[in-house]
Formats: sequence, structure tokens, C-alpha cells
Amino acid sequence: MALENDPIERSAADIARDVNAGTISASEVVEGTLAHVDAVDARVGAYLTILHDAARERAANVDARVRSGERLPLAGVPLAVKDNMCLTATRTTCGSRILEHWIAPYTATAVARMLEAGCVPIGKTNLDEFAMGSSCENSALGITRNPYDLSRVPGGSSGGSAAAVAAREAAIGLGSDTGGSIREPGAFCNLIGFKPTYGRISRYGLIAFASSLDQIGPLTRTVEDAALAYDAMAGHDPMDATSIDRPVEPAAASLRRDLHGLRIGLVREFDTEKLGPDVDKAYDRAYAELKALGADLVEVSLPTADYGLATYYLIAPAECSSNLSRFDGVRYGLRVDADDVQAMYERTRAAGFGSEVKRRILIGTHALSSGYYDAYYVRAQKARTLIARDFETAFASCDLIACPAASSPAFAFNAKSDPYSMYMMDYYTIPMSLAGLPALSVPCGWVTPAGGVEPMPLGLQLCAPLFAEPLLLGAAHAYERATMHAVKHLPLVVSGARA
Amino acid sequence: MTVSYEAVIGIECHVELKTATKMFCGCPNEFGGEPNTKVCPVCLGMPGALPVPNRVAIEHMIRAGLAFGAEIPAFSKFDRKNYFYPDMPKDYQISQYDMPLTLGGTVKYWLEDGTMKTCRLTRIHLEEDTGKSSHAGSGDGRIAGSAYSLVDFNRAGVPLMECVSEPEIHSAVEAVAYLEALRLTLLQLGVSDVKMEEGSLRCDANVSIRLHGAAELGTKTEIKNMNSFRSVHRAIESEIARQTALLESGGRIVQETRGWDEVRGETHSMRSKEQAHDYRYFPDPDLVPMEPLAGAVERVTASIPELPWRRFERFTAEYGINPKQATQLVATGALATYFDRVVELTKRPQQVTNFVLGDLSRLANESGVPIAQSKVLPEALAELIALLEAKTINSKIAKDLLERMWAEGGSPASLVDSLGLAQTSDVGVIEKFVDDAIAANPKVVADYRAGKSNVAGFLVGQIMKASSGKADPALVKDLLLKKLA
Amino acid sequence: MSSDTIDVRYVAKLARIALTDEEVDKFGAQLGDLLAHVNALAELDTSLVPATAQVVESRNVERDDVVIPGLDREVVLSQAPQRQGAFFRVPRIIAE
Ligand SMILES: [Mg+2]
Ligand SMILES: [Zn+2]
Repeated sequence: MALENDPIERSAADIARDVNAGTISASEVVEGTLAHVDAVDARVGAYLTILHDAARERAANVDARVRSGERLPLAGVPLAVKDNMCLTATRTTCGSRILEHWIAPYTATAVARMLEAGCVPIGKTNLDEFAMGSSCENSALGITRNPYDLSRVPGGSSGGSAAAVAAREAAIGLGSDTGGSIREPGAFCNLIGFKPTYGRISRYGLIAFASSLDQIGPLTRTVEDAALAYDAMAGHDPMDATSIDRPVEPAAASLRRDLHGLRIGLVREFDTEKLGPDVDKAYDRAYAELKALGADLVEVSLPTADYGLATYYLIAPAECSSNLSRFDGVRYGLRVDADDVQAMYERTRAAGFGSEVKRRILIGTHALSSGYYDAYYVRAQKARTLIARDFETAFASCDLIACPAASSPAFAFNAKSDPYSMYMMDYYTIPMSLAGLPALSVPCGWVTPAGGVEPMPLGLQLCAPLFAEPLLLGAAHAYERATMHAVKHLPLVVSGARA
Repeated sequence: MTVSYEAVIGIECHVELKTATKMFCGCPNEFGGEPNTKVCPVCLGMPGALPVPNRVAIEHMIRAGLAFGAEIPAFSKFDRKNYFYPDMPKDYQISQYDMPLTLGGTVKYWLEDGTMKTCRLTRIHLEEDTGKSSHAGSGDGRIAGSAYSLVDFNRAGVPLMECVSEPEIHSAVEAVAYLEALRLTLLQLGVSDVKMEEGSLRCDANVSIRLHGAAELGTKTEIKNMNSFRSVHRAIESEIARQTALLESGGRIVQETRGWDEVRGETHSMRSKEQAHDYRYFPDPDLVPMEPLAGAVERVTASIPELPWRRFERFTAEYGINPKQATQLVATGALATYFDRVVELTKRPQQVTNFVLGDLSRLANESGVPIAQSKVLPEALAELIALLEAKTINSKIAKDLLERMWAEGGSPASLVDSLGLAQTSDVGVIEKFVDDAIAANPKVVADYRAGKSNVAGFLVGQIMKASSGKADPALVKDLLLKKLA
Repeated sequence: MSSDTIDVRYVAKLARIALTDEEVDKFGAQLGDLLAHVNALAELDTSLVPATAQVVESRNVERDDVVIPGLDREVVLSQAPQRQGAFFRVPRIIAE
């Protein structure tokens, strides 16, 4: 879906087609992208590290491969990598002081597969520290702004990758989603934010937040690009014991044009009225659009989904409290010296972690500690079972579920100072994460928030049963093509850069 | 008034499994080597790295469990044990908490006098080893008083079997015998090298005492830092003595961890107040559960050899071998198998024992070649024993032949033929040797006749020498004594 | 469900994070709030429900016992906050 002829405007699919055809070289694409990044990123702040040299080298390598006759599904596609994924010999920070200067000695499987498919890494993008947050404001290393309104957040935690793709600083952004960290920034930045089934894409080299929930996925400007990225990354990895060893049905080949014969479930308990009058109406319009495309709208019930947030805020912190123990000042990363090793640990971790990370480590440590384990951790795991069962029941009467991707459009910086109000942003995405289901956010309309001047995008979340990614992407594609919501506005930072 | 106490001891062993690679990564599992050279993102706990379990290590666990008659539960999982320590890369240890790979089971062991004993196992679970810290600045390498520590992660992530016994051992001697049986079994199963000196076997002992006949257990202490079976023995003896003296003087035992001091020969308190650890165990979300399949368990069962304790029982009860020799025979699986084969062929267990533990063991020690791998095949040894039984050769010739067989192999019967070593029982021939000896040694003969009967041995030696060892020694002695009389 | 209070000092000690008195107060209040929210889980009857540790039910995922090349020691030690020769160096270890 070529939006314009400008190389930085082109979709990944178009770039790959042109590079494979030899009408443009990967090096030209990458030079154009790097020039644009250098022009706009000071205002957007998507990248923590820009890989000028590595990108040029990699582009030359792609060109050589293409010249030698290889056809690469993502030839020359500029890629933004969330900075919680390892790329060998490159700084990988997790947006944290504790890893600010850490050079990864190996490459994450998902990243390696994207590179193998022909992508060129432009840089490593900002994120909420250790992927804990929904606004990117929790990064210790910089501010990322929403390209559609620089006074607003890009969403999080994959806010850097979302901002990069929205600002045309990359064609595909890699994000990770634990409770909504791809879908919410996707919605905030007018993108497809796609979280596949848990275990579909290897977590090897993704710096863990909550291991049983973390899942890598793409942020793109078109569904087709999301499908191409998924096809490149999905599949079993022997380095990740939780990656699923089961054949992958390619998604890019099964994109559809209508929704005839599909039953789409609207969740009875997800009352959109609390989203505010404009947002509420926008979602009602989106559901009507699904129906107009031929879908049967059916009501489904997720009675325990309301407990998703409580469940999530026990399980994810419990896992993170253990996953983040390794940042101890012994083998790598920050160390604050002290007389003895216990004091060294305590000072290093006090200085190295930000408040949100500390909060979650503390709550998770508490939930696992002696005397509380059954009441908190085990009970949350049981609630997780109930939530997953609710989806199973719902999917007996529908093929897909549709609901909002976030509780509001992108908000202004510092608008959510109370931790719980920030956690509420993921109200609609967390249940799917707990159930391991594939879900995505697709642009579904625009609203101008109270106090704002720019129209901001909204995201419709579609969710499918386990492993039904082709169906999910196929339906999203039909909706995207029919509505074209995404192309109604261009980010100011992009149009401004050209003016 | 004298009171008598009974010691109650439980043993906890950590055994490094014998695999090509570590538990959760492809780094080599080898002892020693340059520090920090056998490491990768996984075993260094690098950000983003993930564990994948080693199939062979899991099979070893099932093999060991089955050998001890343990239950192999249909469902098992890995848990994280969370605590901070500099040589633990992730600051949690992947271990097993409530659903280990094996449950229960029994270790059968024996004492020097041949008494069989049993000790039940609580569980055997699988975990990963830590790295190794060396402590600098304290002079003696001890952690107490050290200025800093140096860490080598080569050992981090090596598969470790933790084997916990019930408190059913009642003396230091029993504790060592238990450990010895455990060691032999694991060695013969091929699941570990079980070398205490290389740290592939490490053990702690929980020791308490109580009045004889009392039902309640006394307060226990945990003894650490025992580096050999000898130190296990000494440490437990010393701890029992300490606890006894303390109780007899009206004192109280404090539950604590105590370190064994090899030089001073006593235990000392390591942690005065026992801190309640809060390990926050929870299922490792990076790993999936194990459901050992019936087929796999059967396959492993079929591969388990006869265990040392059973062999010991058979050798003593059926073959009548004394406990000391039987212990030596079962010390290596291959030797016991060799022994068994020769006994099967000869039906003369004691004679086989004498050869195996005598001349053959000496030859094995001198050459460094184990008996079972030597050129002396079981069939050849059986043949040699048959030749001896038939008096075709005497024991002196047998000894010489064995040396030759050790060096060159071959059949003793054909060697006897080709070298003309068959024993001479021809009275005429032997009489001639006897007469010659008497004639050549008048002084010795005079001494004998004067009552020094022990000098006859000298004359027998002379006669045997003259016959190139082939004369039947019994006949020689007979004839000589007659002629001297 | 347990009470809404959390012994922040104890938990911070377990987690090896030094906290100032101010932080103890701030986190104590915030975590108390959060616990009040998560206590809603007590409303669910989970007595007969199995726990879900992982959503996708794989079993027996194992690796062949085959050596894979690891990392070069210099690469490893170049990241060390403090090294001494071939070792990682840490401040003195004191008994807990
Ligand atoms: Mg252990
Ligand atoms: Zn390794």
C-alpha cells in the first residue's frame, strides 16, 4: 500500500519489492531514512542509539545479497529495535541506568530473523525502563514524544519503536508486549501494533520483564507489513524452551478484503461509555464499520476480565522481581561500590533502577514472600486460569473479539502521576496477555482530546484464538483497507520536516 | 548415673552429573580449566538469555531415582530459588521445590562386618551449580575476614543432583558407609564421577542426639565443609561428642550451621543465629514442566546394571566371600562383572577372588590398566585356574604365566604347551633332584637332622629351582622329608 | 486475602534495594494502594481452579547434550564492573 512515492513514506512491502526488483537499493533507502532520522529525531526522541555505520554496512550487505540473486522478504526495510532486545556489539539499555553502557554480546533470535529477512537496523528505541509502563515516561535515558502531538506521550512501553515508525524513522518497529506494550503505543501512534500468540516468536535475547507474558511483535503502518514481519519472526527457536514447536501458517498470504462469514464478538462487560462521549462514539462507529464489511456482530461475555488488572499486577511483578535480580553489579552493568557485597547490591540497585521498576520489584517480592505466596501469587495464577477460560467460552460463539486498544487516546506528559491510573491504560489489553492470545491494534478513527489541538488516533483491538494469527491479520487488513483511517492525518513532525 | 545417647543423622549430597554440557546451555561440563572460559550468555545470566534443559541430565536423574527404587512422578517442574550471591549469575538458582523428578527411594549400604543397612531418601532433585568464589585477604582463603572475592563462572550451570536422606543414620561409620554406597551406585550408573576432591560430590550432615529409646528428635546442627569421607567421619564423631558433652553438662543445643575445621578437628559455629531464609520459590516461567513418559522410564530401567549393594549381598551370601574382599570386588562395576564371569566359568569364587585381588590387582596397579580391560580375558583366567586345579601347573608357574598373559594375552593352556611348563610328577625325576640337593648341601642337611626343621624349606626351594619350577611341590616335600628322616 | 500493608523495609532487604526513609513511606503508601486494588481477587472463588503458570501447554522441552561454542573471555570480562586477571572481582562477602 504505497502511501506516497517518498521513500520514507513507503511501506515495508513496497520497499522490499523495489529493492528486490533493483529499482532502488537498500543503501539508498537507508541513506534517506538516516537523513530523515537526523532531521526529526531530536524532536521525537524515538532512538536511544542510532546505528549509522551498522545500518550502512548492513544495507550494503543486503544489496550484495540481492545482486547475487537472493530475494529477501524484507529487503532493505529500515527497522527500529526496542532497546530491550539484544543486538550484538551494540548498546542495549532497557531504558535503564543499570544497563546504560552495556554492550550485548549476542543477538536476539527475533532480531536475527528480521536481519536475515533483509531488514536494516536503524537504531535502538526508547522504552519505559525494562518495559514497565504505558507512556515511555519511565525511561531513565530520554523523552520520546508522540509524532502526532509532541506534547503527548507515544504510549508505552514500546513508545520509541511506535514513535519511530509513526515519524517515518523506520518502516517496521519491533516492540515487546507484556500487558499491552505494543498495542497501546500502536493505538497512540496511528499504527498496527501486533502481539502474536505467546510463544510464537522467540524471547531469546529479549530482556525479560515477565517471562510468562512477554511477547515480541511488530509496529507498522500497514497490516501487510505486520504480516510480513510476523512471517519473518514466527516459529520455533531451540534457544527458548517456551517457544512453540508447531508449524507457522504464513499470514501475509491470507490477507482478506472483507469480513463476510466472520462472527465478531463485542464484550458485554467492556462498557465503552466510561471512555468519554467522543471516544465512545468513535468505537461505536468502528463496530458499525465491521458490520458494514460483512461481519456478524455478536455479544460475548468475559465475566472475569475485570480482574485482569489485579491478576496482572501480581504475576508480572512477581516474575520481574526475580528476572531483574541479575542486575547486581557483579558481571555487567552499573556498580555502585561499597565496603561489602550486600551494600554494593543495595546501592547499585537503588541507583540503577527507577521508581516504577522498584515499585514492581517490591510488590513482586512481597507477592512471592513467605506467608503471602498463596494469597497473592497462587491466587493470581488461578484467576489467570479463569480469565483464559472466559476467552475459550467466548470463542465458542465468535471468531474474533473487538474492543478498544486503550482506555484513552494519547495523553499529555505527566498526566498520570498516580501509578494505578497509569496501570488502567492497559485495562483492555491485559486480559488477552494473561490468556496468551494474539491481538492487535488497528487505527479506527480520530478524536481531538479535551485540551488538545491536534486530532489523535484511536486503536481498535482485535483478538483471536491461540495461533489464529492469519485470521486476525486477515480481518485487520480488510478493516484497514476499507476504512483507511490511518492515512487521514500525517504527523506534523513529518509534514513540518518537509515544509 | 550414666545416660546413653543415640545419634540421628541425615545426609544431604550435591552430586554433579556427568554430561557433555551444562544443565541449561551448551557450555562444556568439565572440571577445571582457565577461569571464565566455559561460559555463555545463558550460564552468565546475561540479560535476555534463556535456559533450555539438558536431556541427558534429566535421564541421569531418572536413572538414579529408579536405581534407588524411587517414585518417578508423572509431573515435575523447575522452580526458582531466589537469593543473592556473587557466584550465582541470575541471583536465583533453577532448582526443584515441590515437584522433584524423583520421590522417596532407599539407599542400601553395608558395614565392614557385612551387616546390611538401609536409609530412606526423602527426594532427589535436579538443580544448577553455582560458580566458584575464592576469597582473598584473609590469609587462609577463608571467607571470614577476607577483603574481597574473585569469581569464576566455569562451574555455573553444571547439572547438580541434590540427594536428601531421611534422618536414619546413627553413627559416623554408618554415614561414611552410606556415602560410599551412594558414591559407588552413582559411579556405576554412569551419572557422575562422584569425586569429592574435584567437588563433584559435596555433602552436609544434619546431626542431633537423643536419649536411647526417645521418640522425639533432638535439636540438630548442620555440618558443612567436609572435604573427604575421612573428614565426614571425624566431623560427625566430633559433633556427636560435642553435643553429648553439652547435654551432659546441662547445656542446650542451638540449631545452627557449623563448619568442620580439618586442622583443629572440631566444628565451629558459622551462623550464630539461624536466619530464616525467604527463598520465594515459584515455578520458573522460562521452562516448561516435565512429564517423564512411561516408555522413557522403561528404557532407562532396562539400562540399569546390578547395583553394588546387591552384588555385595550376592558375593558374601552366595559365594561366601568375606565382607572386606566383597567390598573390594564391588568397588568397580567392570571388575565385579569380570569377577562374576570367571566365577561362572570356574565355580571357584574364593580362588578367583585371590587372583583378582592379589596378583591381578598388583599388575593392574603397576601398569595402570584396569583388570577388566587387560589382556587377561575372563576365559583365560578361568583356564589358568583349571590348570592349577588339575595340577597341570603349580602356583609358582601360574604366577609366572599370569605375568606373561598380562603382557601378551593368550591362552594359558597353549602357553603351558609351547613353553613346556607342565608340572612334573614323575617320582624318578624328582627323586634325582632331591638326591642332588641333599648331596650339594651337607651343612643344611646336618642342621635339619640336629632339629632345625625349618631349613627344609631352603632345600625345597633349591629342588624347585633345579626343576625350573615344574616339579610338583607337594611331591618334592614328601620325598625330601622321607630321605632326610 | 492478606492485609493491605506491606513491610517495605523487609521486602526491600530481600530485593537488595536500599531505600531512604522517604522512599519507604512513599512506596509503602503506593504499594498499599495497589494491594487494596489487587485484593479484589478475593472475590473470585478459585478453590477448585488449577493455577496457570504458562498459557501454552508444552511439555518435556529438552536440548541435546551437545557442546555449543560460548563467549570469548575478553568479551565477557570487558563488561565486568571490576575484574582482576581472569576473574570477576566483588567486595568482601559477609555472612548474611
Ligand atoms: Mg541445593
Ligand atoms: Zn553456558
